Amino acid sequence: MRDTVMDIRAESPVAADPLLEARGLRFAAGGQTLIHGIDVAVEPGKRTLVMGANGSGKSLLLRLLHGLLTPSAGEVLWRGYAPERAARRAQAMVFQRPVMLRRSVLANLNFALKVHGLAGRARADRANEALEMARLTDLASHPARVLSGGEQQRLAVARALVCEPDLLFLDEPTSSLDPASTQMIEDLVNAAHKRGVTIVMVTHDMGQARRMGDEVIFLHAGRVAERGPLDQVLGAPRSEAARAWTQGRLYTPASL
Amino acid sequence: MFSFGDIMAEALGLILTWDRDLSEIVLLSLRVTLTAVAIACLIGLPLGAIVGAFRFPGRGVATVLLNALMGLPPVVVGLFVYLMLSNAGPLGILGLLYTPSAMIIAQTILVTPIVAALTKQVVEDLHGEYAEQFASFGLTARERVAALLWDARYSLLTVALAGFGRAVAEVGAVLIVGGNINHVTRVMTTTIALETSKGNLELALALGVLLLGLAVIVNAGVMALRASAVRAAYA
Repeated sequence: MRDTVMDIRAESPVAADPLLEARGLRFAAGGQTLIHGIDVAVEPGKRTLVMGANGSGKSLLLRLLHGLLTPSAGEVLWRGYAPERAARRAQAMVFQRPVMLRRSVLANLNFALKVHGLAGRARADRANEALEMARLTDLASHPARVLSGGEQQRLAVARALVCEPDLLFLDEPTSSLDPASTQMIEDLVNAAHKRGVTIVMVTHDMGQARRMGDEVIFLHAGRVAERGPLDQVLGAPRSEAARAWTQGRLYTPASL
Repeated sequence: MFSFGDIMAEALGLILTWDRDLSEIVLLSLRVTLTAVAIACLIGLPLGAIVGAFRFPGRGVATVLLNALMGLPPVVVGLFVYLMLSNAGPLGILGLLYTPSAMIIAQTILVTPIVAALTKQVVEDLHGEYAEQFASFGLTARERVAALLWDARYSLLTVALAGFGRAVAEVGAVLIVGGNINHVTRVMTTTIALETSKGNLELALALGVLLLGLAVIVNAGVMALRASAVRAAYA
């Protein structure tokens, strides 16, 4: 079988000092290799989208980059060094299904702030700002778990941003939301980006990709099929996997 | 021949007049049991949370041990504590044998594995839901345990209740280490056993009624609290 998976890493410009960098990242589980030696660099201030079909390894890659999973081989570097505790706390992640603590909306925000060492007036001010930003002020005393799906995801984004991370990971944060809720999440993320937060987001949604992306890492079968500026990867894809994806064609290794 | 109706009437009379001996026994029972449950919770809650939330070598053995110790025979615990606290024992110098403190120690040993094993189960389930988010927060082990215990607090009330039930109904261990001494170590269960054997059934029945009433009240209180937590989506 001809290997048409295009790796254009050598052609892609690599930032001189990436915020986050993965080198030779490999992950295996249950006797199967799911991520095959991926090299990626996340540039500061950019919005990088991770795209690809189901099972291509997008969520796995995000978890490996954020340090939630330990790679079988390779390494992840934060500002050029092996990440330590401080690095983890300079990053935040929003999951596809928001994890709400069994506390009020405000207590969810306060928990994140407390973990980051904020107390007293500073904590209260920051929590109130986050409530306003996420339009959840009226729900501050409500238990987080009774909020609607859209409200929970807004709270999850607000909780991730309240500690002012340098890098925000989002794993398909709007996949189960209606357009209005999606818009609010995108507004929150874009506002954070304007404040200088680097974004790495998994999405399936081409429209969202066009609204939210600067760079695209396109994965296929656990490999980087293509990587580059959004317009290039979605407008004139060079790999067969990305081309099939953008044209709405089914693409499996058997179809090569 | 005794008449059950007469004895019940006398027993109720003892309760309603709040007989001095009766009140002394009930209050000592509550003091010993609540202290033992509180100490067992202080030890068992974090212990169970650690076993439930973390992977470490020997975790399987710890789980089996905790589960096995839930069924500790009270008389064996009583004998063990007796040997420790008797004059010839390593802790004999403390002079605790036949005191409420000895009874608290014995009940704590009985209740701690129950609290720890049930906590482990509750926390393990909750941690399955929270694990990735906690990892993303970069929590320390201590922060993780504290957050899990706090968020599981309403479920853990039921755990404490199970410990209370075990302690308040226990006879064998407190009888051995307490000695059932009048006005010193006599609690509800040991008094019921003693007074029944002496044929003083009114006091025994009055204590039995109070013991049941206490169990019902505590259960109802905890269940109501938990139900309100479930309604508010905190449980």
